[in-house]
Amino acid sequence: MSEATLERGLNAFKEQIDAPVAAFFSSCVSCGMCAEACLFYTETGDPKYTPIRKLEPLRRVWEQEYTIVGKIKSLLGLSKPVTDELLQEWQELLYDSCTMCARCSMVCPVGNDIAYMVRKAREGMVASGNAPEGVKGASMRAVKIGSPMGVTLKAVEAQIKHIEADSGLTIPMDAVGADYLVLLSSMEIMNFPEYLEALAKIFKQAKVTWTLCSTAFEATNSGIQIGSSDIARELVQRIVDGAERLKVKCVISPECGHAYTAIRWEGPNLIGKPFPFKVVHILELLDELRASGRIKTTGLESDSMTFHDPCSLVRKGGVIEEPRNLMGMVTTNFIEMQDHGKWAWCCGGGGGVSSNEDAEELRLKVFKRKKEQLEQTGADILVTACANCRLVIEEGLEEYKMEMPITGLSELVAEHLVVDETKE
Amino acid sequence: MSEPMDFLLWVRGPAFDVAALIFVIGVVVRFFEIFSLGRKANFSEPRGTEFGPGMKSVLTRSLPEPGMFKRQPLTILVGYVFHIGLLISLILFVPHIELFRETFGFGWPGLPNPLVDAAAVLSIVALLAALWHRISSPVMRILTTNEDWLVWALTFLPMLTGYIAYHRMIDPYPLALGLHILSIEALMIFFPFTKLMHAFTLFIARWYNGAMSGRRVVES
Repeated sequence: MSEATLERGLNAFKEQIDAPVAAFFSSCVSCGMCAEACLFYTETGDPKYTPIRKLEPLRRVWEQEYTIVGKIKSLLGLSKPVTDELLQEWQELLYDSCTMCARCSMVCPVGNDIAYMVRKAREGMVASGNAPEGVKGASMRAVKIGSPMGVTLKAVEAQIKHIEADSGLTIPMDAVGADYLVLLSSMEIMNFPEYLEALAKIFKQAKVTWTLCSTAFEATNSGIQIGSSDIARELVQRIVDGAERLKVKCVISPECGHAYTAIRWEGPNLIGKPFPFKVVHILELLDELRASGRIKTTGLESDSMTFHDPCSLVRKGGVIEEPRNLMGMVTTNFIEMQDHGKWAWCCGGGGGVSSNEDAEELRLKVFKRKKEQLEQTGADILVTACANCRLVIEEGLEEYKMEMPITGLSELVAEHLVVDETKE
Repeated sequence: MSEPMDFLLWVRGPAFDVAALIFVIGVVVRFFEIFSLGRKANFSEPRGTEFGPGMKSVLTRSLPEPGMFKRQPLTILVGYVFHIGLLISLILFVPHIELFRETFGFGWPGLPNPLVDAAAVLSIVALLAALWHRISSPVMRILTTNEDWLVWALTFLPMLTGYIAYHRMIDPYPLALGLHILSIEALMIFFPFTKLMHAFTLFIARWYNGAMSGRRVVES
């Protein structure tokens, strides 16, 4: 990253402003409804966390640069400039207290997509040097080492050996011509290797040809979280290069919310052209395999289970029905949370919040929302499809001394999979 | 005696022309400001379409999500009562329709005056409630700028002066009517350059939101 200055930040804000942003700022009547959709407000009662207010720096740049009234106000010395002090103050609002969960974007009566603008505002924060240290560190590790958690290829290979030895399954690496390229999140590699084992088992049964890639195993994208298109582009390019080198038809985004947003929706725009391959979320693929009868399950659970929708999958991805279809494959006792699907509440750790130490206390505080939702269901087991949500929820449950096992949906499908040994 | 009449003639004549001109040019300029910024091409493979879902959001955002109504009933209730009362007073009041017919050569049937009167009263009460809410709600107070007070006053005055004129509460009548028209002219002049513009831009904002979500097959 070149040196961050206020001027570069202001330019970055300017570059981010497009017709939707102008329409959104023109339409806001300060009604405050967005606050009621935001867990950082509902759980703290502090009005400073009102979502639209988090965009004040971007709003000022829009008004002063792109409206005649703003220009006149500036000439008369009536407008409030965007200063370093303002941006420093807003760091907490744009990073610590926003997971870009986009729930506010769903309730605004005039239709403002606030999360869309927070993502954009973060570009200005990075360029002006106002991103939090924790997220900066994760981004630097992602660029230098290849993973935000500092997971190296060696670590991935070691995990592969473990899994292969334990399960007797094969995990292909750099297999040219496979149909699918499997990406992982660092957390899956380090904390939840069950995911990779589950895929190996399911794909073997469904006769899906797949591979990992030694130059692109990491799906998460800290560039998207911190708000640096430069970093995001570099990380996406690695995947594109890897997929092209291995000539795969499709890239699979793992059980991770923002990785899906990064590779599926932002990726092609970051590199400025359509991908020569398709991108699917693992749940989309599993549901496709289910629908076509290529995977079947048995021995359904009778424990009651509920599903936590990762925000990036539902509100930003439209992957809403797929997890429900898959839940039907693993349990006879599925209980929805009161607000679910596109109305799901965030775990509190998305959008880079979980890698931001400054936000830890606040994140645990606002976890209360999820905790109450979970209690309401009375479910025995929580299922989700995002390694980050999973860790954040585990930490939250521990903080509130609540016992509830959590598992990933893909693992659960693998556990109940009907394996046909004779068809070897 | 001739002074109030002169005043009325002035507000109905040259003043109205100037206000109308500023309003029209201002709105066109604001639309240009917005649309000239454009949108970058989107290279991601769509799951769904944009246009239809965008249009759907234009309509559906008029209805609150049920959970929101529980959390913020006053904002929603006041919003409905004020806007509906305003629209009834504006477009279903017979003298307004007659003025429109004189200018453009066609009109539509109005509502009986007592009904419009009731709608106007409800709308005025809702505006006062909105003001009280803006002062007393911590969230609204932290968001509120001078522009919000200005916009409130610019909206309130035409309603109030309209009510006063209709009930002949100021003498002579030409003065009451003149003040009503003047307050509307103030509204028209400020409209394009303040949040009043949301009356137009919210359709653009809702469409963009719905379209961007529709592309991902999320109903928003």
